Amino acid sequence: MLELWNDLLWPLLWQVILILALTVGVLLYVAYAVYADRKIWAAVQLRRGPNVVGPFGLFQLFADFGKNLIKEVIVPAGVNKGIFFIAPMLTFVLAVVGWAVIPVADGMVVADLNVGILYIFAISSMGVYGIIMAGWASNSKYPFLGGMRAAAQMVSYEVSIGLVIVTVLMCVGSLNLTEIVYAQAEGVWFFIPLFPMFVVYFISLLAETNRPPFDLPESESELVAGYQVEYSSTPYLLFMIGEYINIVLLCSLCTVLFFGGWLPPLDIAPLNWIPGLVWFVLKTSFFFFLVSMVKAMVPRYRYDQLMRLGWKVFLPLSLLWVAITGGVLIAFDLLPDPVAVSAATGAGL
Amino acid sequence: MLTPEMDALLSEYFPVLLFLVIATVLGLVLMVVPLVLTEAKPDPEKNSAYECGFGAFDDARTRFDVRFYLVAILFIIFDLEVAFLFPWAVALGDIGIFGFWSMMVFLGILTIGFIYEWKKGALEWE
Amino acid sequence: MMVATTAFYVFAAITIAAAFMVIAARNPVHSVLYLILAFFNAAALFVLIGAEFLAMILVIVYVGAVAVLFMFVVMMLDINFTELREGVLQYLPIGALVGVILVVEVLLVVGGIAVGPLSPDVAAAPAPMSSDVENTRALGQLLYTQYIYFFQIAGLILLVAMIGAIVLTLRQREGVRKQSIAAQNARTREDAVELVDIKPGSGI
Repeated sequence: MLELWNDLLWPLLWQVILILALTVGVLLYVAYAVYADRKIWAAVQLRRGPNVVGPFGLFQLFADFGKNLIKEVIVPAGVNKGIFFIAPMLTFVLAVVGWAVIPVADGMVVADLNVGILYIFAISSMGVYGIIMAGWASNSKYPFLGGMRAAAQMVSYEVSIGLVIVTVLMCVGSLNLTEIVYAQAEGVWFFIPLFPMFVVYFISLLAETNRPPFDLPESESELVAGYQVEYSSTPYLLFMIGEYINIVLLCSLCTVLFFGGWLPPLDIAPLNWIPGLVWFVLKTSFFFFLVSMVKAMVPRYRYDQLMRLGWKVFLPLSLLWVAITGGVLIAFDLLPDPVAVSAATGAGL
Repeated sequence: MLTPEMDALLSEYFPVLLFLVIATVLGLVLMVVPLVLTEAKPDPEKNSAYECGFGAFDDARTRFDVRFYLVAILFIIFDLEVAFLFPWAVALGDIGIFGFWSMMVFLGILTIGFIYEWKKGALEWE
Repeated sequence: MMVATTAFYVFAAITIAAAFMVIAARNPVHSVLYLILAFFNAAALFVLIGAEFLAMILVIVYVGAVAVLFMFVVMMLDINFTELREGVLQYLPIGALVGVILVVEVLLVVGGIAVGPLSPDVAAAPAPMSSDVENTRALGQLLYTQYIYFFQIAGLILLVAMIGAIVLTLRQREGVRKQSIAAQNARTREDAVELVDIKPGSGI
């Protein structure tokens, strides 16, 4: 009985506790990210934003959460019920599960997969389904069209994200996210040599998550929230939270890929005392702040301009950069030696 | 039968499965709570499709727009190209200049196709 | 060990059940969803044998791209499923015959490998350099050097697919006014603004 506890149940329980800690942490962070988004948007527009619920409006999201919980779930006539309810579940679950491979600090990662980057790429590829299914199942023209266009948009920017990831991988030599951060510890943070790719990644992040200026499929003024228009109460809440968790996930991936994850900017004494987790959260918050500011400042892209940007500008640019990075790495013999990297970090294979 | 490497691999993926189960349970709980807490009062006005205040004009399914199909096919092709690029990027140190040029030829072939698409106007939307 | 075996049986059972439901489902959208489920479980089976790169690529390409294409098509075509299902019983004998032929073929291939010795070509096939290299890197070491011809042929197949898709589907629409960003950016002040000196009281 004791062996059963020690060998099987206790590690299982410990894993569950770690996973719950990460999930709760992410959900709390996202709750305050939504609050920050609204406050930043308000500040740019010279107004106050939420400031009623709690001091400075800090409990706003909990009030919104409670409100959504006690609303009636409206199921429109003629919808395909199974798919109607699977769509928000899928969006939420995928966004949350993507966090399994993100290293928030040295050694703090739920699953240190050898193919971590591919796992995240797979998760974002599947994010399209929540939108398509929501659009189709709503049995109404606007969500359907909005869903199709959102899906086509997400899919167009997936390719440039993949190519940007490839350029980072060439500098690292491994698909493991922890190794990517270690490679930046020894060398330089990747946003310096790969700055154009960082810019492409950031803009593709906005397009991938349907954020302004690429939010035509769900814009309030044109398509009235697009594919989500027939949703109410917690299915809608799941969509909204799933979208923000996805944004924060891609922002954290940006810090891991380009800004050194949990590493301090300079490896000197006072900066070293701050734990890696704090650096990670700070950097991710910085990117989320940028995402928010872009929403507040930039006018919306028209759909054909958006597709043109994805296919005719980003795709050739990132392909070219892959070729250039590969050429430079080989010509100047800068390729990483992954066997040495793994031996140094002790990460077993 | 199960080598130590494979065992390590499986134990790496187990937390992912656990995470998936926990996230699904959380999502289900959130979905089900309003069904318990609220009383559903269906009403023809509430349940009809939203069309800016009017009744729905015609069938929700629009005519087939071939542009979406074309975008999806182009996405498949470029996704496969990226899929081929991943092992190349990781193994670039081992395959050296020969591997580099073999991938450049592959990318060149696909670039020819891309230029063809561009010229034909397949990348234009509307 | 036990866990791996149970996991295998569970994933394999779900794959087969999902594959069966693909053809048995009434609604084509449900069929595509069951197909996605089958792909997922196939990816899990790949993970179980250690081919993690292949598992992820299966999800990325099949679930993320091919099934999206299926979804687009199935959702946009107004398929009348009752008409589609009418001829099922009529075609059942032919379907069963095709199924039997496929099973026989699979058995022949598997039996040939299991019973006969490995041919010298297969046995001498290049293997990755060392066993502690991870899966993706091992693939990369071989694919672009030893198997370069297959790799380039894959590239040519993708090229043909691109060209074929465009030839078959592209329809030009007449009279569409397109935005030319280069022309817009090249506009100078002289083109855009014209200063006219007007006497008070008279128009242009």
